[in-house]
Amino acid sequence: MTPLIRKLILGFAGLALLVLSGISFYQSRRLKEPVVVSDGVTQVVTLSKYFSGIEGTANDCNIYILEGKEPGATFCILGGTHPEEPAGRLAAWIFAENAVLQKGRLIVVLSANRSATTVTRVGGAYPPDFAIPTSWGEQEFRLGDRWSNPLDQWPDPEVYIHYPSGQYLAYVDVRNLNRCWPGRANGTLTERTTYAFMEMITAEKVDLVIDLHEAELQYPVISTIVTHEKAQDLAAMVSMTLTDMEGFKMGMEFSPKNLHGLSHREIGDHSDAASLLFEAPEPFLDATRGKTTREQLLTGKDDFVVKAGKHGLLFEKIDSSGWPIDKRVGRHTSSILQTMASWSEMHPEKPLVCDSIPRYADVVARGLGRYLRNPAQARPGRIWYE
Amino acid sequence: MDIIITIIYYCLVAFVSAVLIYNFLKTKDWQKEVLTIIVVLPFLLRLFMLK
Repeated sequence: MTPLIRKLILGFAGLALLVLSGISFYQSRRLKEPVVVSDGVTQVVTLSKYFSGIEGTANDCNIYILEGKEPGATFCILGGTHPEEPAGRLAAWIFAENAVLQKGRLIVVLSANRSATTVTRVGGAYPPDFAIPTSWGEQEFRLGDRWSNPLDQWPDPEVYIHYPSGQYLAYVDVRNLNRCWPGRANGTLTERTTYAFMEMITAEKVDLVIDLHEAELQYPVISTIVTHEKAQDLAAMVSMTLTDMEGFKMGMEFSPKNLHGLSHREIGDHSDAASLLFEAPEPFLDATRGKTTREQLLTGKDDFVVKAGKHGLLFEKIDSSGWPIDKRVGRHTSSILQTMASWSEMHPEKPLVCDSIPRYADVVARGLGRYLRNPAQARPGRIWYE
Repeated sequence: MDIIITIIYYCLVAFVSAVLIYNFLKTKDWQKEVLTIIVVLPFLLRLFMLK
């Protein structure tokens, strides 16, 4: 074989690899996720309504606003701060597709860091997407990552200096939405995103922000509510009630005053709103996991993580039944509903009453897919895409 | 400032890609040819804003 023919063959092989992988990455970045909004959704706007500096970027996400017949408090549910913690996004999805407000207002965000939903972790062998089975078929979702897509914000600095505290943080967290609060108007894409959310919180007079997350079992902040001091009483009441009534343990921790950039610290410090962050267990994130597959993501079953538990390395229990996505999502829906109930008891002059959302036992018994609505049967004007 | 740094970064990616492709064309060692093809792929994916 002559060198020229060899180079041509290798060149075409490389080109084929480039085209095939490029198509795969392009398609997974643009996978459309349908949202069939509930009858309770009265407005859908985009984040750029509150700050034009985000317009036209990957993070100009949809904002679903639900309004009750009677006035009351305004809550904001943030899903998708870390998209690779899917229970947070899916719980918010259930609210957008099912919730009906009787009193108060609810603002639901499904892709708080939309850019991060379009990429998976480099070297992590993450699947690009996953599917939830329903009675009408499967609904596909992008898996995403913890950090904004490097295609939207790059390069990272040597050290990330948080604004406005000046605290030094890990360089990669310059793309972590939950290290960039409260953001700034002329900052990076991730900082501008949190700035836009802060503008939204102020403009919509939000009383409470709930940021939904999942955590690896080797991380001590797990199965818990992290609370700003403004919401301590509320979080304590929710934690006690959930643990007593719902069949799962929910702790409570204070937001550290000197750890900056996190929603539970900065939203409370820089706005009139109080802030809570909920954590559910996700074995998929554990460093000692086995194969990083869609099945592992959804079942939460992993022999290696179970073994780590036997060696006392975990902060949450796990056995061969794992942590299925239904349990993780159910924890979030119950926690939000209980927060609404406890808030209404503590603020009778400003209640928030929400119907048609399943609690933990319902989601576990009937499956998450039961609460995802069929886009093929959506009425005109009631379907949106993430 | 961020946008300038990003533009410089993409210029660097384009330069490295061009150097790698030049090396691929110039080398007579088939192992280096294979290595260069493998190495240049992530640079091109980034240059074309695919990954």
